[in-house]
Amino acid sequence: MQMFPLEARQAIVRRKGKVLAGPIDLTLQGQGVTIVIGPNGAGKTSLLKMLHGIARLHSGSLEWACPTVEARKRQSFVFQRPVMMRRSVVENIAYPLRLIGVAKAEARQRAQEWAVQVGLGHALKQQATLLSGGEQQKLALARALIRDPAVLFLDEPCASLDGRATREIEEILIRAAANGTRLIMSTHNMGQAQRLADEVIFVLHGKIQEFAPADQFFTGPETKQGRAFLRGDIVE
Amino acid sequence: MSDLWGGLTQAIWLLVTLDADLVEISLRSLQVTLTALLIASAFALPFAAFLVVRRFRMRRMTIAVLNALMGLPPVVVGLVVYVFLSRSGPFGVFGLLFTPSAMIIAQVIIIVPLIASIAHQSLRELWGDYHDLLISMNTTQFQRIQALLWDGRRALLTAALAGFGRAIGEVGAIMIVGGNIDHATRVLTTAIALETGKGDFALALALGFVLIALAVTVNLLIHRLSHTESEGRW
Ligand SMILES: Nc1ncnc2c1ncn2[C@@H]1O[C@H](COP(=O)(O)OP(=O)(O)OP(=O)(O)O)[C@@H](O)[C@H]1O
Ligand SMILES: [Mg+2]
Repeated sequence: MQMFPLEARQAIVRRKGKVLAGPIDLTLQGQGVTIVIGPNGAGKTSLLKMLHGIARLHSGSLEWACPTVEARKRQSFVFQRPVMMRRSVVENIAYPLRLIGVAKAEARQRAQEWAVQVGLGHALKQQATLLSGGEQQKLALARALIRDPAVLFLDEPCASLDGRATREIEEILIRAAANGTRLIMSTHNMGQAQRLADEVIFVLHGKIQEFAPADQFFTGPETKQGRAFLRGDIVE
Repeated sequence: MSDLWGGLTQAIWLLVTLDADLVEISLRSLQVTLTALLIASAFALPFAAFLVVRRFRMRRMTIAVLNALMGLPPVVVGLVVYVFLSRSGPFGVFGLLFTPSAMIIAQVIIIVPLIASIAHQSLRELWGDYHDLLISMNTTQFQRIQALLWDGRRALLTAALAGFGRAIGEVGAIMIVGGNIDHATRVLTTAIALETGKGDFALALALGFVLIALAVTVNLLIHRLSHTESEGRW
């Protein structure tokens, strides 16, 4: 089924009278890796949640090429603060499969394979709430990928990973992208942004300042805020 | 004073020899309260989870009413149940008045609000954690309730135990609807009330010990459950 393009028109997410993101006008095509960057509090998380459809729109619209119900079934989201269900590692990873009716034994089997892939093979039976921050991020990634989503949102998925784990996760992401999973991901790691991005969304004050192909953005941002951000200067 | 000492030694004797009356009354108490607890939990726990995941217009109101019902005087509950079950009442034809079933009904009514309210508190916290994830995973309302009930089971057990503690120690309502009939509806609390009234401290004290032991056990369990929970051991 054709999901893309995804079109946002004047979409706004508000909380308690404050605009967290928007108005957003954006058209995303079906290929590649989109990296969302911007300073703390810029609205990256809010934008990702908006696109994923879990932040209610205050106004404007968000439309997939297919019915929204169908689109929602084929997306996953890796949260900035990983949510650990109070269950074992395997049960956490297997949970999305159980939700769509996969038999318990098979779900566990596939969950174990994913746990090994993300480097949690040693902790299958452990309570997920007791994992370290980095391990929790790995779990969240495995849990998001296990349904083989068409679109995967990742909100700083490598924020508390060491260099090696970051590279391993990136490899998993590159493999997923090569298999046709559409990645939309925020990061503060500019090296990672450059390694993964096909296109870049630069967010500031809840609005999209720049949306450009990666090489174009990294060689010469159009806005002066974009240039300042890349230099590591204070952005206003 | 010597009355009391005599009663005390006799009470211990009754306990040690597993006196037939004592055992019968204790078992009936347990049977009535555990049945009431099962029925009440089957209503209250899913209802608490439903209140947490479902946003509807009267939600706040419902929660407020629930909390208010927690303070319902058991005697009044007993009175109302009595009126409904009495021969001329709407459910009189079933002949339930002065049977263990009547006591179970009264206890269920007394502890459902308590269990639901405590369960609601802890499930709301859990839902705060899970909200984004479960919404993102496109779960149905039913799946959300399932996840909360399963992953919150320790906290729910605590809520149920609190209900048990309230029900087993309750006397006003079951006295009214049960009638404290020997070998039929006499339970720990009603028997204590009766025996004390008669001045027979031996049986009253022995029954009291059983009741205290039950209450202490339940509270120790609650303590342990909430303790292990806060340590993150599941
Ligand atoms: N639920 C909320 N209620 C009120 N304000 C919020 C809420 N969520 C986020 N905000 C505010 O909205 C702004 C954007 O937040 P957001 O989390 O999208 O930023 P971000 O770009 O992801 O930041 P970071 O890089 O720190 O993760 C922030 O100023 C934040 O304080
Ligand atoms: Mg963020």
